[in-house]
Amino acid sequence: MELEQLRQQALAQLEAVADETALSSWNSQYLGKNGLLTQALKRIAQLPPQERPSYGQQVNALKEALLAAFERKKSELHQQEIARSLAAEALDVTLPGRPVLRGRLHPATQVMRDILAIFAELGFQVYRSREVEDDLTNFELLNMPPHHPARDLWDTFHTTVPGVLLRTHTSPGQIHVMRQYCPRPIRVVLPGMCYRYEQITARSEIQFQQVEGLAIGESISLADLIGTLSTFAKRFFGGDRRIRIRNSYFPFTEPSIEVDVDCILCQGENAAGPSATATLPVSSCTLCKGTGWLEILGAGMVHPVVLRHGGYDPERFQGFAFGLGPQRMAMLKYGIHDIRLFWSNARHFLEQF
Amino acid sequence: MKVPLRWLKEYVDLPWSVAELAERLTLAGLEVTGFRAVGVPPPTGLRLKSEFVSPVWDEEKVVIAEVLEVRKHPDADRLHLVDLNYGTGCLTVVTGATNLKPGDRGLKVVLARVGAVLIDGHSPERALRPLKPAKIRGVLSEGMVCSALELGIADEHEGILILDPDAPVGMPLAEYLGDIVLELDVLPSMARCLSMLGVAREVAALSEQPVRYPPTEVLFGPQEAATQVHISIEDANLCSRYAAMVIDSVRVAPSPTWLQLRLLLAGMRPINNIVDITNYVLLEWGQPLHAFDYEKLRDRAHGHVPHIIVRRARPGESLTTLDGQQRPLHGEHLVIADTAGPIALAGVMGGLETEVGPETQKVLLESANFDPVTIRRTARHFDLPSEASLRFSRGVHPDLVEPAARRAVEWMRQLAQGTVARGLVDVYAARPSEQRVHLSLAYVHRMVGYAIPRDDILRILRGLEFTVDEAGEDTWLVTVPRHRLDVQHGPADLVEEIVRIYGYHRIPPTLPREPLPDYQTPRDGQIEERIRDILVTLGCQEVITYSLTSIERERPFVGEGADYVRLLNPIHPERSVLRRSLLASVLAIAAQHLRDSPRLRLFELGYVYLPRAGEKFPDERRHLALVLCGPRLAEFWEGASSPPQDFFDLKGLLEGLFEALHLGQASQGNARVAWQPTNVTWLHPRRAAALVLRPLQSHTTTKGIASSSSDTSLLIGYAGQLHPQLHDTYELGRREVYVAQLDLEALWPHLPERFTCRAVASFPPVRQDLAVLVDESIVAERVREEIFAAGRPLLREVHLFDVYRGPNIPEGKKSLAWSLTFQAEDRTLTDKEISKLVQKIVDRLEKSLAAQLRAP
Ligand SMILES: [Zn+2]
Repeated sequence: MELEQLRQQALAQLEAVADETALSSWNSQYLGKNGLLTQALKRIAQLPPQERPSYGQQVNALKEALLAAFERKKSELHQQEIARSLAAEALDVTLPGRPVLRGRLHPATQVMRDILAIFAELGFQVYRSREVEDDLTNFELLNMPPHHPARDLWDTFHTTVPGVLLRTHTSPGQIHVMRQYCPRPIRVVLPGMCYRYEQITARSEIQFQQVEGLAIGESISLADLIGTLSTFAKRFFGGDRRIRIRNSYFPFTEPSIEVDVDCILCQGENAAGPSATATLPVSSCTLCKGTGWLEILGAGMVHPVVLRHGGYDPERFQGFAFGLGPQRMAMLKYGIHDIRLFWSNARHFLEQF
Repeated sequence: MKVPLRWLKEYVDLPWSVAELAERLTLAGLEVTGFRAVGVPPPTGLRLKSEFVSPVWDEEKVVIAEVLEVRKHPDADRLHLVDLNYGTGCLTVVTGATNLKPGDRGLKVVLARVGAVLIDGHSPERALRPLKPAKIRGVLSEGMVCSALELGIADEHEGILILDPDAPVGMPLAEYLGDIVLELDVLPSMARCLSMLGVAREVAALSEQPVRYPPTEVLFGPQEAATQVHISIEDANLCSRYAAMVIDSVRVAPSPTWLQLRLLLAGMRPINNIVDITNYVLLEWGQPLHAFDYEKLRDRAHGHVPHIIVRRARPGESLTTLDGQQRPLHGEHLVIADTAGPIALAGVMGGLETEVGPETQKVLLESANFDPVTIRRTARHFDLPSEASLRFSRGVHPDLVEPAARRAVEWMRQLAQGTVARGLVDVYAARPSEQRVHLSLAYVHRMVGYAIPRDDILRILRGLEFTVDEAGEDTWLVTVPRHRLDVQHGPADLVEEIVRIYGYHRIPPTLPREPLPDYQTPRDGQIEERIRDILVTLGCQEVITYSLTSIERERPFVGEGADYVRLLNPIHPERSVLRRSLLASVLAIAAQHLRDSPRLRLFELGYVYLPRAGEKFPDERRHLALVLCGPRLAEFWEGASSPPQDFFDLKGLLEGLFEALHLGQASQGNARVAWQPTNVTWLHPRRAAALVLRPLQSHTTTKGIASSSSDTSLLIGYAGQLHPQLHDTYELGRREVYVAQLDLEALWPHLPERFTCRAVASFPPVRQDLAVLVDESIVAERVREEIFAAGRPLLREVHLFDVYRGPNIPEGKKSLAWSLTFQAEDRTLTDKEISKLVQKIVDRLEKSLAAQLRAP
């Protein structure tokens, strides 16, 4: 009857077990390597041979019973554990989450990348050229000899080295690209910082980025230019943007054009086309000042003089160039009203992007 | 350029609404930037803001009236009663106008009746007010006679507006004078449109109709001009043409009202009939004119025939200009002189002494052409922008000299009762040759990328007054009209003319169809963007600061006496040189951010500009600056605040960057970055590291860090704690700030262009820990190198997991605990192999660093 005593003792103790630790010590006390059940089995050797099979069966039956009871208890404890956790851990889900420290690109970089990505898909590779330039490359080779009245369009920072200045636009890069790649075809964008001798105001900065585009080949045409810029405007500003092309003037292109996009804020509501009969009164749109159009860039067919300076024979080669301002693009796209925010790096400005 | 449409209509019909006219001009290159409505409502559909507050003249209430009688006010000396006939009735108004006096009759004036909205002449902000009936000193006034100010025509007035005698009584003023004035922004290439005729030609070409040119016939008097003036041009490069005409017996007086009003609307102030006529013709033709008092010229010549000399000013000369300023002259200034000296600044401003005034009886009219560059420089030098200098500095065709002069003298004959001496005294020193351009249909099509029909091309060119002659099949010889100077570069210029009139919107857009070029964008630009991306994933905020800075701001990082790219004309001392260091600028932003946020991780990747001896251009190098400060983690509602970022945050960040760039990984790069203790003035002397790029082979050499300044090592930057002495300079407060500055241009040649991806090992790695005691003086990196040198190639990774000093460790020693990971690609390593390798490592450490194995 020793075994029956063992069973009762074990089940009674198991009944009293209340947690995983007690369960595990009960397990080793009875079912472990040196547990009471093992010891009971070892006693089989002391029994007469004819009693051994029966005793062995009883021990095994007891072992199975205890194992089953153990599993039951284990599951019971687990259920109790779950029930406890369900009752206890009610979180205030409105508490703020643990902040993840996220890095960010400067908005100028983001917009620059957006622009370059669009042109990359149109086959334009990036080319960089220097910011400190000479008068020759910044002006003369771009068809602006000394005292050319068009030089008034660019107020220039000069350095103390005679003839050396801070580039006023990315256009001198055209000369560098052409001289490097002539007579191969060209399709590049030239991003970079430019400088102007101006007062810093909400509308003008002493330094700003520009993206110049240049495509040269044997048949690169004005229609290609219009298609390229129209694609760009739609991709950058989204939606069904329309562009409007005005004749303009730059010394280094001929013909020269300026490109407007219909206002992204008021959708260029009723903007007058040459044949449209507009009847709306001047709207109060803050972005386009009611004109319905936003000026986005200047462009044109590369001037024969500039082609020649780049080494290309204008009888055989032709191409287009354009220049746009990423800061202006960002201001239009995101409704930024003060260009000074870019280089001020104001935290609340940067963190919005 | 202000264009009153009523005036423009004299030369060309306007077949469109004002809005459409504005749009068409804008698209063709004459941008309409604003408008002014004079007495009429703003044009429908014109999406521009009016620049001018202007009343709308009510058709019934603002009408032309005739003065029947002017009487004295019974109770006020300064007031008059005016009886008026306004066509459909008569009424009496009270006025204080000084230019009406008892006895005046028959004058044409503007009557505003009760209810008309006018500008309140007494309100400083030019408010619009409806007219109310008023009793003025006991006399009821049911309207008023208006001044140009009250009507919104002018900013000032001298009494009421007296209209020309032929003004029809009873006609609504809006019908008689109402107008729209367009403001045009004239491009440098369209200087010819700085004139009413120039704009009319554009409208004519756009609407396919001819221009009505004004007459240039002159009714001459009996005298000859040639005997009354001599002209010499000293330098034909500066003055291609100088012509004069002589008008005798003029009566200088105010111009007729219509002429004064035209000048006012076009933005010029009426002076007297002679000066007004020169201005009128300038606006009409774009040819500046100047009138001299002939008698004064003859006086200066002591009664002889005046001799006009166009020449450079001589040293010591000066001239008192029309504005009363005495101006010292230099050799670069072009003057009009006579034998006694300068009498005018050519093309810029006349001289006071020879000015036309009320007593002038005989006029010498100058119509001439001057060199644009010289005029531009002179106008700038004296800060004297004028209507004349604006046009000359953009270029005027010298052929315009004659028609403009003829037009002006005929007006002087008609409006100032002058007698014109016969002939134009004309020295045409440099007549521009006829401009001819070969143009082919194929060229136009190739350039435009669209087949604009041949007939359209011919029609457009002829509409712009080009002469087009057939020169072969679909090729033409095109002659440029003699009012244009902008067609200088052959057929490309003509393509612009064709396309802008044809309409850009009619060209179907295409994309370039040519094969793409085969060259490749340089790699550095891609790496640059990759570095930005890596730093962003590592939690850094990018900033972009001004490249222009001051030497003072950077001195702590650059030191004394460094050479800078300096500006000759800075706008501010704070922005006077191009930077040599990014850190100073980024720290300024850090200080600004720290004011309202305790934690930051900033970086800038941008250019520095290092002048090079004997070179024209500086070395423009991309640098990277990093600034860390404040808690490692952001503030959170649960638990204690996070410890501040320290040197190892900075180092971890940079190690993360180098790893992502595959710099220093065994099978991938050819160099790695070593961190060496260093001493630079701007870093905390005990928390500073020099980052040195070293060839990877150094693992197998016995050379230690001490010899790392060998040829194969390259300093790429510094990292560490910003020197506490600099905190006040950059207003950073008392928190520790960690900074790094790297020269990326030095780095990129060593970045592997590609890397080989290793197979994912299928045999298990074995990790073994090893703790060694070494002298305090031995840096961790040295121990790591030795472990690697002994354990390669089966030793894959070495990772320091504990640094311990204290009980059980002898004074002057430290315990470094390493976790070593061994792995073979072709088999499972046995315990025996591992213990052999570990023993090899221990032996090497004992031998080279006198290290002791610490009891496990
Ligand atoms: Zn809008």
